[in-house]
Amino acid sequence: MDSVAQRLSVVGAGAALELRGVTRLFGALAALTDVTITVRPGERRAVLGSNGAGKTTLFNCITGDFPPSSGTIRFFGEDITQFPPYERIRRGLRRTYQISALFPGLTVQDNVYLACRGVSRGRFSFLRPGQNDALMHATETLVQAVHLSGVKDQRVAELAHGQQRQLEIALALAGAPRFILFDEPAAGLSPTERRELIEILTSLPAHIGYIIIEHDMDVALRVVESVTMMHNGRIFKEGLPREIESDPEVQELYLGGGHE
Amino acid sequence: MSLLQSTQFRPDRSANATRRALLRAWPEFQNPVAWLVALILVIMPLIANGFFLIEIFATTLILGVIALSLMFLAGYGGMVSLMQLTIAGFAGYMVAVFGVSGNANISLGWPWWLATPMALALATLFGTLGGALAVRTEGIYTIMITLAIGAAFYYFTNQNWAIFNGHTGINTVATPHFLGVDWRTDIAFYYVTLGVAAICYFAVQYVSRAPFGLALQGVRDNSRRMAALGFNPNAHRIAAYAFAAFIAALGGVLQVWNYRQISPGSVSVGACIDVLIIAVVGGITRPIGPFIGALIFVLLRTFALDVLIKFGLDGNRFRLLIGLGFLAIVFWSSDGVIGLWERWRRRNTSSTQRSGGGRHG
Repeated sequence: MDSVAQRLSVVGAGAALELRGVTRLFGALAALTDVTITVRPGERRAVLGSNGAGKTTLFNCITGDFPPSSGTIRFFGEDITQFPPYERIRRGLRRTYQISALFPGLTVQDNVYLACRGVSRGRFSFLRPGQNDALMHATETLVQAVHLSGVKDQRVAELAHGQQRQLEIALALAGAPRFILFDEPAAGLSPTERRELIEILTSLPAHIGYIIIEHDMDVALRVVESVTMMHNGRIFKEGLPREIESDPEVQELYLGGGHE
Repeated sequence: MSLLQSTQFRPDRSANATRRALLRAWPEFQNPVAWLVALILVIMPLIANGFFLIEIFATTLILGVIALSLMFLAGYGGMVSLMQLTIAGFAGYMVAVFGVSGNANISLGWPWWLATPMALALATLFGTLGGALAVRTEGIYTIMITLAIGAAFYYFTNQNWAIFNGHTGINTVATPHFLGVDWRTDIAFYYVTLGVAAICYFAVQYVSRAPFGLALQGVRDNSRRMAALGFNPNAHRIAAYAFAAFIAALGGVLQVWNYRQISPGSVSVGACIDVLIIAVVGGITRPIGPFIGALIFVLLRTFALDVLIKFGLDGNRFRLLIGLGFLAIVFWSSDGVIGLWERWRRRNTSSTQRSGGGRHG
């Protein structure tokens, strides 16, 4: 319309992630209804809501695990609505799963190596990586970053739950992520492991934005700058963490009602 | 644990690391049994006569190569394909069609060094196209589609006279003859099959730890997560079919050179299922499994007849023995004879460690 900046913001070039009117139907059930969200690059946001509010479905639509029934999704200005999941990942989107989705038959190192390989070239390479392979070094660094060096040659099936959650995060950090979706990363973690998780989240480079689904308010509200509240597949409220926390409607809906 | 860590700070640490990496990559290098088996295979012509060399060992190696292609797909990719023998048979037919045979009206008479690459290329293409169909399905439906391709090819060869010469097939297929050597004489042919089998075995072993093989195992374990890591799972599955098809095609070329003829009987549905039985009995977790399965299968097929007759039973019942063996394996060891062997060895090492103290520690 007027300035260049305004016109760009109209097509969403300024946003890391822009959802417009995203609806997802499962048969007659609307898991998401007309969801519109804009997230700036580097922004860190929590998505709250009770079970069945559509949080994980929202993630599945963004990554393409389930494409939306209608609406558009833009990632750094590019319309990715019709892209298969792997094309979205190659553009810098990452996600973790609520229930660890790892490769139990492979070692920790192989799991992380695959994540590094998936977002670089040579996915079909028939040549084994050598001693000085750059991706092997990247793998090593990532394994260290999530404190799994001691178990790197163990098969994932043999890991403890907390270690699997950490590996889940390592897989999402491979390559050069621009935006990450964390689906309940603290689920089932001990208090110590939660502190480590908060440390990992807060020490991510500033240009990496994320959306985190988290029931634990202590974790969620400490690592984000904005909050989106969902209810019955719709956006219910958006705001700063303290606004959401003190909002009477939100407390009625979510923080009260059975939750302590 | 502390012992292990302290050894890492010895001065020759990098040399040790290289050696460890090598041993991890090729575990058979430190296994004396593997060296012994390799030595026996190499000097086999000194020990065995022509019958054993070809009817037992070369046949085992050929069937092992074809079953190896299934092991690669099923073990690393989680895809049970019943068309691997069909691909091998297709390669065999192509050798006969493009090369020289007794059916001059069909064979084009190309020299072996042209006909063989042509057969390998066409069979790989055939397997890749079949794979592209099969990857749209999972589990039992993959089995059904590949079985359907196998059955369709069998009936097609039976009824097509222009290329496949119907139920009589193609006979007196010429075999390679160069450098002054007839490569179909018993000893030369044994070494050809041994060489091809060894290359296929090590290729599968190597690729299983290369990015392509690792990614395939990732697709097997969790294809949705692989897509969320940037991989295109179906492209990997189809590439796996192509690689396996090439291995199966090599087996098929050897097979047609071995029998010097090919007919629909060679690609029957029963023969397709035999390959599955060989791979499962041997074990689909490691590349050596199919060869062990093939040896058991060939020994039973060759000698069960005499044994059964000795016990006053119908000699044609050798399949009953194979079937019972198959049932026993499926019941007691889902990872085949290899699994039995590994569990037996683990029990042995743990008991010697308990009594004699840590030789390995």
